[in-house]
Amino acid sequence: MSIIVENFDLYAPRLVDKEEYFSAGHRACQGCGEALAIRLMCKALGKDTVIVNATGCMEVVSSLYPTTAWKLPWLHVAFPNAASVGSGVEAGLKVLRRKGRIADRDIKTVSIGGDGGTVDIGLQALSGAMERGHDLLYVCFDNEAYMNTGIQRSGATPFGASTTTEPAGSASFGKKAWKKNVAEIMVAHNVPYVATACHSYPLDFMNKVKKAVKVKGPSYIHCLSVCPTGWRLPPEQCIKAGRMAVQTGIFPLYEVEDGKYRMTIETRELRPVEEYLKLQGRFRHLSEDEKKVIQERVNQEYKKLMNKVECLPSWSDLKE
Amino acid sequence: MTKRAGMEIAFAAAEAVALCKPDVVAAYPITPNTHIPEHLSDIVADGRIDAEFICVESEHSALSACCGASATGARTFTATSSQGLLFMGEVMPIVSAMRLPVVMAIGNRALSAPINIWNDHSDIMSQRDMGWISIFASNGQEVVDMAIQAFKIAEHREVLLPLNINLDGFQLTHMVEPILFPDQAEVDRFLPEYKPYATLHPDKVLSMGTLGMPEIFTEAMKAKDVALINSKKIILQVWKEWEEQFGRMYEPIEAYKTEGADMLLLTMGSMGDTAEVAIDELRKRKVSAGLLRLKLWRPFPIEELRNAVKGAKVLAVMDRAVSFGGSAAPVGAEIRAALYGEPDRPLIINEIIGLGGRDVTVGDFIQIVEKAAQAEKEKPEEAYEIYGVRGS
Repeated sequence: MSIIVENFDLYAPRLVDKEEYFSAGHRACQGCGEALAIRLMCKALGKDTVIVNATGCMEVVSSLYPTTAWKLPWLHVAFPNAASVGSGVEAGLKVLRRKGRIADRDIKTVSIGGDGGTVDIGLQALSGAMERGHDLLYVCFDNEAYMNTGIQRSGATPFGASTTTEPAGSASFGKKAWKKNVAEIMVAHNVPYVATACHSYPLDFMNKVKKAVKVKGPSYIHCLSVCPTGWRLPPEQCIKAGRMAVQTGIFPLYEVEDGKYRMTIETRELRPVEEYLKLQGRFRHLSEDEKKVIQERVNQEYKKLMNKVECLPSWSDLKE
Repeated sequence: MTKRAGMEIAFAAAEAVALCKPDVVAAYPITPNTHIPEHLSDIVADGRIDAEFICVESEHSALSACCGASATGARTFTATSSQGLLFMGEVMPIVSAMRLPVVMAIGNRALSAPINIWNDHSDIMSQRDMGWISIFASNGQEVVDMAIQAFKIAEHREVLLPLNINLDGFQLTHMVEPILFPDQAEVDRFLPEYKPYATLHPDKVLSMGTLGMPEIFTEAMKAKDVALINSKKIILQVWKEWEEQFGRMYEPIEAYKTEGADMLLLTMGSMGDTAEVAIDELRKRKVSAGLLRLKLWRPFPIEELRNAVKGAKVLAVMDRAVSFGGSAAPVGAEIRAALYGEPDRPLIINEIIGLGGRDVTVGDFIQIVEKAAQAEKEKPEEAYEIYGVRGS
């Protein structure tokens, strides 16, 4: 897989839909990982899709009336409710199809939100939608802070990062809590397909999107989306930062199908987290001690994950 | 064939909604509206209607799911009360601005604190300016009729606005009344299938809920205001059609024994039926009093109000909510403003009554008419009064 990624330009024309559903001309910052990820996601989804967008950067940069970047049917309602609006869209399409009022074919509802709209204010709606079992894909584009409103701390902000509401200062090293792991929370909902992803591994991400939409029922993808503006790194470093997040083990890429964990990007040996941290201004203030704490935590979390990969069988293998 | 049945009004509301064959219902339990979605879920479970019933995890999600479903072109219904309506608050102005004809029943209940499950109108008054059509029922028959009318009004191509029907918690939701139910064929004749203006579907791609910059926002608000004002024409038309088919008349303001009356009571919701009894009693005592029942709260029927109060000396406006620190209670302030420019307007007194389920009796209305008569003689200093406060 990593070979394909290294030679993406070579393979992409044959593997990726040429149709653009998220068109150029939107107002995202230079080097926006989320805009790239959404473009890739739409290519993987194809035209029979309805997108429900939580409030955030993406609705702001893509839907400035009277323009729109969306070539898929798209609905934005509010910040915390992409999952519940998606529930309604899914139910509406289902019942109208059953009653013969719309064409008789599968149309997938996909709700998307940033980390604020997913991990914090939208978590209840997300949990409800997943518990109810709607035929709904939810994709969180996690850029690890409230970037739209100006880099405020969220539940997805990593330990030690400096944000505008939990900044580093002479008496603080930035965020003091660890990042909330929503992918695991979704696994705990017994969602049949859960995956982590990153735009820096485009084919991996698109394959996961394709897999997720094939699931009858709820599915969840947590896509790390590098935000050069908020992470304080040059726009051209966006892809590199995403790769470093994966290769240092700070954001491993895996999928959980019916409870069975599988690493989709294998990393033989993890790079030191320092290589990831040093790319970004938001970690600039960290001392060696604090970096060590992060390294230890990453090692521990990675071991926990590998333990699940090795030990947890698929739910279907647990019968009898 | 129309049939008459004795039924709890919340159940009757659900039966009326079922006659309208909704496609999607999303609701979250909160007293006292709960029997409406409960009974609808029974109807769905028994296969009497083909609908998706979404048991959401909050009221916020209830209205959000309705918003999403309505955007696909589904006929959509929800119900709530009190704090639940507040929790929907974030989505309320979005549904109306997106011109989605969601119909909602509100079993009106007081707002906390102290927590109180009984009736007043503080829930809907907090959502007054959300751009919804807002209608008040005074009895079970009106609830049933209004629920069927609601879809026709909201979904009309010249309206396309969400609509809430207000029925007083307990006083209406839990009351058993004899109610006339039209049969399915009659409702089908009255209510056409919903033909949405725009829907979310890949066959015709569009973006809904886009960002409005200052250059366009004022115009969007003007458009919403015009849409709500213009909806009155269709409301009146649908009520006329209802009267022609079912023989029951609906008006924005219903007058009872007001001809030549010196004193007028004005009520909203279930108080109207009690006030009617009080007016009969007062008329027996040769007191020149009449009653106005305000049924259409939004769009506010200014012209009808001005005509209805002509010739009256005192108008006593009942409110079932407080506008804390305001110039008057919500209905009182609205009516004062609407009549301000009238050269021969009546003196207006504003009584806040029946908060948090406090009983409103025939005797209370008789007392208020006496207050009105007193007010005519010696103009009161207070712009409004919270009626019946114990210990004062």
